[in-house]
Order: sequence, then structure tokens, then C-alpha cells
Amino acid sequence: MTLEDKKNRLTDIMASFIGYTAVHLPDDVVLKLKELREAENDPAALSIYDMMFENMRLASELGRPSCQDTGLVQFRIECGSRFPLIHQLKDILHDAVVKATAETPLRPNAVEPFDEFNTGDNTGTGAPAFFWDIIPDDDSCRICTYLAGGGCSLPGQAMVLMPGDGYEGAARFVMERITSYCLNACPPLLVGVGIAGSIETAALLSKQALLRPVGSHNPNEKAAEMEKLLEDSINAVGIGPQGLGGSSSVLGVNIEYSVRHTATIGVAVSFGCWTHRRGQIVFDSDLNFVTGTHTGFTYEKAEAKGAGTK
Amino acid sequence: MTETINGKTILTTPLSQEDISALQAGDVVYINGDIVTGRDDVHIRVTTEGMDLPADIHGKALMHAGPIVTGSDEEGYTVVAIGPTTSMRMEKLEYDFIRRTGVRLIIGKGCMGDRTAEACREFGAVHCVMPAGNAVATALCVEEISSVEWLDLGMAEALWSIRVKGLGPLIVSIDSSGRNLFEEKKAEYTARKEEQLEKLSRLL
Repeated sequence: MTLEDKKNRLTDIMASFIGYTAVHLPDDVVLKLKELREAENDPAALSIYDMMFENMRLASELGRPSCQDTGLVQFRIECGSRFPLIHQLKDILHDAVVKATAETPLRPNAVEPFDEFNTGDNTGTGAPAFFWDIIPDDDSCRICTYLAGGGCSLPGQAMVLMPGDGYEGAARFVMERITSYCLNACPPLLVGVGIAGSIETAALLSKQALLRPVGSHNPNEKAAEMEKLLEDSINAVGIGPQGLGGSSSVLGVNIEYSVRHTATIGVAVSFGCWTHRRGQIVFDSDLNFVTGTHTGFTYEKAEAKGAGTK
Repeated sequence: MTETINGKTILTTPLSQEDISALQAGDVVYINGDIVTGRDDVHIRVTTEGMDLPADIHGKALMHAGPIVTGSDEEGYTVVAIGPTTSMRMEKLEYDFIRRTGVRLIIGKGCMGDRTAEACREFGAVHCVMPAGNAVATALCVEEISSVEWLDLGMAEALWSIRVKGLGPLIVSIDSSGRNLFEEKKAEYTARKEEQLEKLSRLL
């Protein structure tokens, strides 16, 4: 394959994959929703879960986006320094977003501030969003895709607490959001919490936390314990699907952290709606791929289906 | 008009004052007939900018929604996916919107506040929530797009006039007496949150 061929292949695969994630929820999210449905007792909440599963079925069958808000496209990239397309990757993913927008179709959501116009193809100043890590002496590339919807982006918040506020303060910060803004954000939600020294590091980690699988735990035992405590507490509030009440409230709580300043506890929270459109795909240097989130995704199959509407 | 078919309450536009007065917070209904989509920018144009809504929605329904639509003026339009969006974003402008347009039923997602409840009481309207994120199931309730205005606002913000059949379930969240289901829920959730935080303060 020439470099140009590789570039085209990667653009096509990523456009198909982004479209696929708009139509099909990741395996871990579907599994968790089934668990929550089984544990639910409230008849109204059960009927909402039934509608959710019926919609997932229809979205797959008709090849249409499961939610009309296909979000702003974001990428978290862990790219090997020797990955052959490292220099072209940003352009490739930009083109993949344009292609996925036209072919899936995705809703054009990107609005340029100040000039106040919708760009029409989900790209623009700083869009799609890239969060990069370069992995030294490695030739693979791991890409997490996320369709950040408006409804669940709205409750996102970050602030810097004082050490005296402690982890209790961080818990209050998260819980206050849950009982106010989060009723509108399509629960059961996935909650991503970032703890760090300042506001932007905490905010980025909170998004990174949201991209971790549902049901995974922070390797630090104490952080994992806080995940569990928060999850149980938020579930005990019982906001249920769509905030109308039910046995649970969340898909889970994921915490990511970096060091904090001795004088600060930066804390941020990002939320993912129940239709959590996260994808993960890993390429080797020949562009063979495996996906960690969507076992049903095959490139050829996606091509044959045309990824369009029927 | 209100009918009960197979135990389901079905509203058909146009909706009278009586149709609306009969609805209580917590009721579950379905709707047939003419509705328009309108969210942030449509509300801003009608209220802040004082423009006339280029559709008569008196006695009809408004859905806070920005659909995915394919097609063109020439070939016609098809709804690929549609669902309710966060209603609270329109809270600041909804009172004036209801007053100016005479809309009877608003479909959205999540809670709305005191000003909307006041408008519902004063002008005889209700706010309903529809389970969101179910955009394909919901799109299949759309029979046709009758027209589109203000497409310059973009696909999501434009004013789409659509005809629907069996759109729902819609759960009445604010009724025409001003009772607000989510405000009651929020009080419960807040009390339980405080209990949980009390417990957490001993564990963290």
C-alpha cells in the first residue's frame, strides 16, 4: 500500500466506524442497561427501558443514528511515535468526520462562535477535538471516539476546592449536579470525575474517565472505593431513567486523577447520557484493526451496508 | 380532541382548553396531528427579536427538538431521527413564547421552571416529557414534513412543521394548574442526596 492508499483506507474505516458508533451502542453500555433494566421495579421506569431497547433494535435494523443529537466528535488518541500515519492523522480524522456526517448522516452541530454560523459538516475551529498522547517507540494507534451530545455536555462542571474541603467536598460537588442539571441529561448517566491540581487538568481527566469502559475500576484501591461509594450514593437517590424516578441513577462512576497541588483539589465532572456513543479502535502499522467496544463492527460489512438510511 | 383507544389517551390537534384542562401532571398521553419543532433560536427570534412565527401553532403542539433530516425543498424532506431536547434551555423565553403563539402543548426533555408553569396556568398549556435518545422509534411516528421555515438557522434549529401519529409516550410534567412534577421529584431527590452525603462524610 502506498502512503496515499493507507491514508484513504484509514479515512474510510474511521468514517464507517464513527457512523457505526452513532447507530450502535458499545457492548459494555448495552450490557449495563440490561442489568439496570433487570434490577428495576418501577413500572414507568421499566416502560422507558423497554422503549430504549426497542429504539436500539430499530436503529440497528434501519441503520439510523439512535439519537438525533450525534454530538460534537471528539478523539482521544494514543498514537505510537512510529505509527506510519502519525503526521497525517489529524487531517485523516478531520476528513473522516466530514465523510461520516454526510454518509451516516450525522446532525451538523458545529457552530462557530462570534460569527454564529453552523459549519454544516461538524468541523470548524478546533473541531473535531483531539486529545493526544504520543507513545514512544510504538507503531500502533489507539483511537477513542466520542460523540459528545449537547444534553449531557450541559451539566459538565469544574472547580478548584481547598484541601480542607477534602474528598467529601468533591463528592458534594458531584452529587449537587446529579440532583439538579442531570435530570435533564438523559439518565442513567455515566459519570466521569477528574481529580487534579487545576481546573483544566481535572476537566480533561473527567472526559478521559468517561471514555473508560462501564464497569471498569481505577487501579488505585482508594480511588476505586470512592467510585463505588459515589455510584451507590447516586443510585440511592433514585433518579431513574429520564429523571422520572427508578431504582438506579447511573451506568457507573469512573474516576481518573493526576497529582494535585499541595494547596488545591481540582475536581471536574463530565457526564455521558444513557446513549453513550463511545468507540475504541486500535490499528497496527498495516492498518489491521480490532475494536474494543463494538464487536459487530467490520469494515467490509459497513461498506456494503452503505452506512446510510433505508 | 381527546380519545381513549385501547386504554391509551390520544390527543389530536387542534387542542381545546378542555382537552388541556383535563390533563394532570403524571398522566401519559400520545399525540396525533400538527406539531412544529422549535428550540433555542426559534424562541429567540419570536421573543427577544419579536419576529412573527411563520406557522400558526395556536391550539397545536411545539416540540423542543432538532431532527436529522435528509432531502431538499425540491425532492421533499424525510426525518431520519428526531427526539426531544433539554427543555430547560428555553425556560427563560417560554412564557413569552406561549403568550405570543397560543401553543397548547409543549414536548421536551427534563424539567422546566416557574415561569413556564405560570404560563401554563395563565394561558392553558401543558409541558410533557418524552423519553429521549429514542430517535428512530420517534422518527417512525412522523408521517410527513409539511414545511420548513428558518432553515438559515441550520438543520437542528430550523422550524420544521411535521404531522405525527401516535407520538409518545408523553408524560405530563407541568399541567395547566401549574403543578410541576419535576419540582416535586427534585425535592425528593434533594432530600435523599443530603442523606447520602451525610453517610459519605463518615466514609470519605
